[in-house]
Amino acid sequence: MSEDDGGCGGAGKSRNSGEYFTPYPDQVLENVLENVLVFLKSRRDRNAVSLVCKSWYRAEAYTRSDLFIGNCYAVAPRRVTDRFKRVRSVSVKGKPRFADFSLLPPDWGAHFRPWVSAMATAYRALEKIYLKRMSITDDDLAVIAHSFPNFKELVLVCCEDFGTSGLAVVVSECRSLRVLELIEDDVSDDEVDWISCFPPEGTTNLESLSFDCVESPINFEALERLVARSPLLKKLRLNRHVSIGQLQRLIFRSPQLTHLGTGSFAPLEIAGQQQVDNREPDYGSAFAACRSIVCLSGFREISPEHLPAIFPVSANLTSLNLSYANIDADQLRPVIRHCHKLQALDSICDEGLQMVADSCKDLRELRIFPIDGSENIEGPVSEVGLLAISIGCRKLQSVLYFCQQMTNAAVIAMSKNCPDLVVFRLCIIDRYRPDHVTGEPMDEGFGAIVKNCKKLTRLAVSGLLTDRAFSYIGQYGKLVRTLSVAFNGESDIGLKYILEGCTNLQKLEIRDSPFGDSALWSGLHHFYNMRFVWMSSCRVTRQGCTNVARQLPRLVVEVFRGDGVEGGERGDFMDTLYMYRSLDGPRTDAPQFVKIL
Amino acid sequence: MMHLKETELCLGLPGGGGCEAETLKVTGKRGFSETVDLMLNLQANDQSSSSTDLMNDKKLQNSSKNNKDVIKPPAKAQVVGWPPVRNHRKNLMAQKSHNEETEKVVAPTSTGGSGAAAFVKVSMDGAPYLRKVDLKVYESYQQLSDALAKMFSSFTMGDYGSQGMIDFMNESKLMDLLNSSEYVPSYEDKDGDWMLVGDVPWQMFVDSCKRLRIMKGSDAIGLAPRAMEKCKSRC
Repeated sequence: MSEDDGGCGGAGKSRNSGEYFTPYPDQVLENVLENVLVFLKSRRDRNAVSLVCKSWYRAEAYTRSDLFIGNCYAVAPRRVTDRFKRVRSVSVKGKPRFADFSLLPPDWGAHFRPWVSAMATAYRALEKIYLKRMSITDDDLAVIAHSFPNFKELVLVCCEDFGTSGLAVVVSECRSLRVLELIEDDVSDDEVDWISCFPPEGTTNLESLSFDCVESPINFEALERLVARSPLLKKLRLNRHVSIGQLQRLIFRSPQLTHLGTGSFAPLEIAGQQQVDNREPDYGSAFAACRSIVCLSGFREISPEHLPAIFPVSANLTSLNLSYANIDADQLRPVIRHCHKLQALDSICDEGLQMVADSCKDLRELRIFPIDGSENIEGPVSEVGLLAISIGCRKLQSVLYFCQQMTNAAVIAMSKNCPDLVVFRLCIIDRYRPDHVTGEPMDEGFGAIVKNCKKLTRLAVSGLLTDRAFSYIGQYGKLVRTLSVAFNGESDIGLKYILEGCTNLQKLEIRDSPFGDSALWSGLHHFYNMRFVWMSSCRVTRQGCTNVARQLPRLVVEVFRGDGVEGGERGDFMDTLYMYRSLDGPRTDAPQFVKIL
Repeated sequence: MMHLKETELCLGLPGGGGCEAETLKVTGKRGFSETVDLMLNLQANDQSSSSTDLMNDKKLQNSSKNNKDVIKPPAKAQVVGWPPVRNHRKNLMAQKSHNEETEKVVAPTSTGGSGAAAFVKVSMDGAPYLRKVDLKVYESYQQLSDALAKMFSSFTMGDYGSQGMIDFMNESKLMDLLNSSEYVPSYEDKDGDWMLVGDVPWQMFVDSCKRLRIMKGSDAIGLAPRAMEKCKSRC
């Protein structure tokens, strides 16, 4: 069959007039296949399809509309645009997660520029861009605005290097914009009133607008007008510069909201003026009008006495994020008591967990953040909270739990009570902390988690752990794809257990643990199957890393120092090792301080 | 309450009966100077020490709690990126603990507000975007210069010599810079005068700078006389 066909699935050519149309059987099959494949969304299934044979590879490439690039350096943009021709949506992830904790020096990379340049010509019909931990500039945003006439959705998570001027360009030029979500980005304040840059007349197509991470003040009147003419708006997440009074006005205008980020949830303080009217508006009435709200977040500067305003919607809530609200258990209680449908809760209050356990039987996701980042303080008895939750909320699937201290018993109980756990991340802030009742390492607790939670795919460990903990993880953690280790472990054997046992491991991030060259070597058979390995402040040497690099030519092995000083070593060992597979060799945009072995 | 005894027991590693030779015997209160010496030894090996050493470190800290005069060991309190929370949240936590400790609110850059942050606008001639910087974040002209260079990375900055600031002591060097097409930073001070950045000690600059403008050296030439006067008056 001709290789030159554009793959457009046309049936065979008729030879001469008079003969009837005889399509090549292969082409028919390819045509049929393409029509079927259009319905296939899962990228894992698509990857499998593309491996069947050349014809299937082509058909799949032609019909893939959603592109997912898990590591922006694993493949060059050109290779992607050569293979996939009809892409509507692109997701790209850049920096490794430990960048969130200042372990990656600035200017390390993950630039969106080469991607947007390639896509500007190749994917004119592009509609959606999702970026996580990428560096995207105002110029890149301008390219997006100018290159994709049908552009609809922009979601930026943990991105940086752009500002409100870039946002202004996007909102003014992208006439079909439905979704603009800025989540935990670092957005610079260019003193541009970007909210006013939306097209001034007519209704908008906006369905979702999130800017709670934008630290600059917002033109409220413009925002109010925008919301008033956005009848499709369902998700609105405001930043902390929106007062509770302004919030009230906004939600009166959009009672159809389902997801709301409340902004400051505090009254506007007008400097120098006293409030003449001592009565406060009834904020509750605004919420009462919003029968559809299922997700609430924000509360960035909440005055606790205003929390009752959300009572009218608490019974409908499936997701509540109070993690920025400095409220205590007593203030939380009246809200939580009504949240019977709650499935996701973010909070800093671990004292209130008994109430949560009593009221929120449907809870699937729980994230408890620390109020205080320091170690060495005696916090509330956290294992009691964890135990209570595990007894009350049997359907838990995802747990992120910061605490000062923990016991094996509580963790074991959770593993038995919540067998559906898919994500378990326990962070005992006091490093190397053993079980504070028995004095034992936390091995048995984490061992029970991997043993009993058979669906577990993501695990983060903490506290005092010996090699035994890792032997459990290697033995039972067969589905684990993401593993985070920090200040744990005893010897190289621990990492060997992991690399040899966790057959599905894709993302491994380790810091400050005593794993060295021989442990690293034991993962050679598996590194090509992984998205990345991060090891910082461990015991790997330059020679050890070089050996791995030599053995695996398609692995990009980067070494550098976390403080950006050139050289890579700190003492006898490499400060940071970050390695990942790549189809296109080492990247050309690495900064001076990064050495690629 | 921290149960010290239990913590000590935990260092008996599984499989081994007794403690290793280098495990320190903690017999109770330890004198402050001894604690400090031991910690300094451990700190030198901080990055590459084994978990055993670090467990010893922890043990010392547990014992040091008995002695009320001992300051909490810094090695434990200041670890980059720990606990693993993102910056947004970290700033919030810092602000809350500061609120509790002192009356004054130390405003981290991302939460802004009143208090110690010193935001100034930065404009660069020819650049489409205006930026804002918090001068309190930097400790020297060099740091500021690096940050500005990064911010306006598509434009090149002039050569500021080894200290990262214009060498006001060298008149001819200064005049070369101002005659070139390189960019120099200037600032508006409290009196509304535009000056060349680098003419006063760093802290004085932070206190008096209201606004920054990065302009071509040749445009800044009018600022030079004032700068030179100041320079001469200090020599």
